Amino acid sequence: MSNVLPGHAARARITAITSGKGGVGKTFVSANLAAALAASGRRVLVLDADLGLANLDVVLNLFPKITLHDVFTGKHTIDEALTEVSGGFTVLLAGSGLVEYSRLTADVREMLVQTIASVAPRFDHVLLDTGAGISDVVLYTVSLADEVLIVATPEPTSLTDAYATIKVLASTQGRRAIKLVVNQKLPGTDGRTVRSQLQQVIDRYVSPGLDVPLTLDLVGEVPTDDAVRDAVRRRQLLHECYPGSPAAQAIAALAARMVPGGG
Amino acid sequence: MAKPKAPTAPGAAPSLRLETALALLAQSGQSPPAGEPGSPAWLQGLIDGLCQLSSRDALTGLANRRHFESVLARELDRVARAGEPALLLLVDIDHFKHVNDTHGHHAGDLVLKAVAETLLECVRPMDTVSRIGGEEFAVALPNCPPAFGPMVAERIRSRIERRKVAIGLADPISVTVSLGGAFAPQWVRSSLTLWLERADKQLYLAKQGGRNRAEFEPAAVSQVSAEEKSVLFGTPRWDAGETNDPELPPANHP
Repeated sequence: MSNVLPGHAARARITAITSGKGGVGKTFVSANLAAALAASGRRVLVLDADLGLANLDVVLNLFPKITLHDVFTGKHTIDEALTEVSGGFTVLLAGSGLVEYSRLTADVREMLVQTIASVAPRFDHVLLDTGAGISDVVLYTVSLADEVLIVATPEPTSLTDAYATIKVLASTQGRRAIKLVVNQKLPGTDGRTVRSQLQQVIDRYVSPGLDVPLTLDLVGEVPTDDAVRDAVRRRQLLHECYPGSPAAQAIAALAARMVPGGG
Repeated sequence: MAKPKAPTAPGAAPSLRLETALALLAQSGQSPPAGEPGSPAWLQGLIDGLCQLSSRDALTGLANRRHFESVLARELDRVARAGEPALLLLVDIDHFKHVNDTHGHHAGDLVLKAVAETLLECVRPMDTVSRIGGEEFAVALPNCPPAFGPMVAERIRSRIERRKVAIGLADPISVTVSLGGAFAPQWVRSSLTLWLERADKQLYLAKQGGRNRAEFEPAAVSQVSAEEKSVLFGTPRWDAGETNDPELPPANHP
């Protein structure tokens, strides 16, 4: 699929983290998954590829920040833009409000590929935190990844938009396996229910048009947890302030499944 | 481009060579700007008149192509941001050359005006109707649910088919139209050219399919139909072991 990038052995496993709808905790999952992977000894880069409206810097309270925009415009080198954060992983920020990149030009495409290709060999995992929705930029960013992880909440609009995203990824990128993280799961509910709801409609309406049926793999379910709210408010990683919380444990379990051979 | 001189006093106005502008307004049937000639209010009135003139089709009074394209571009931005469905309908008079050849160009103009009037009767005030070419019209329908598209197209098609156009002493004539529709892809940044091309392709299919009909692009893959939603949120048929979940609230959005 990612023929623009070198083969697996030489580089990190690239995971695009996306969601249909915004505000489902996609960036929260990205940052905390990165921290959990780092805690297990993996070298992790989070590339904030939400080029229109980046906010990983807000979640992680980063300042000062050198962004991809500075790299693209030649003000800084890529090494200067790679920022080590307290969670033990590295982030690369797109830069907030780069509205000109919300329209994907050939130049921006080329620069994104170059950036990812140049940094991927130094890491075990690259997490691409994409924008929400199904814009050209999001689809393109996702197309660079080895695997896609969709973050959804059990809320109807989130599920509908997650399903729309899955349909588009199946038809435009030939994705036949997509990973699902259910975030903000309410007590007494089950992420498997959410997965089977989505899988049922995929089986009926998406897979019949494909060569191979599309399977949705539930890789994590993060419960609604006051610790999350508080960590987000304090702009801290969950495992720094509430390492034992149910949500932190759920993220750790997710990380274990993301390591090749794990889960 | 030469830097325009701002009129500082009423006496400066003649240097702006306003005669042509005033003549254009008069010729288009607009009343001359109100106020003291050369005063800011008068100049604003003149500018408003010219703006109006440069965005309208002279024959039908509909939006012209230039204005229509700016409306479409704005609509594309809105759809990409808000995800509201927007429809572009292209409407082309069938065998219009035949009308001109048989009944003369004056009759042709009357037909164009009648089609323009009918189009305006068939759409909502918020929609933009335009004459974008000789016998080709276009309608931009913001916030138009997918199911409404074929309904609007059918309303236009049948009303135009039924309408008798008086062409002087000869018997009234009637025409038919073919229509092509395409929705802007929700959440995806598209381009004006692409959107027009997609609708044009459907118009071509309608012409190929025998005219006096409408064709629509099949729903974009990113759209989730009501049927799909009912499977997604409908009565769950869980496997054993996954049954103790409270039901999710039903989808209450359109």
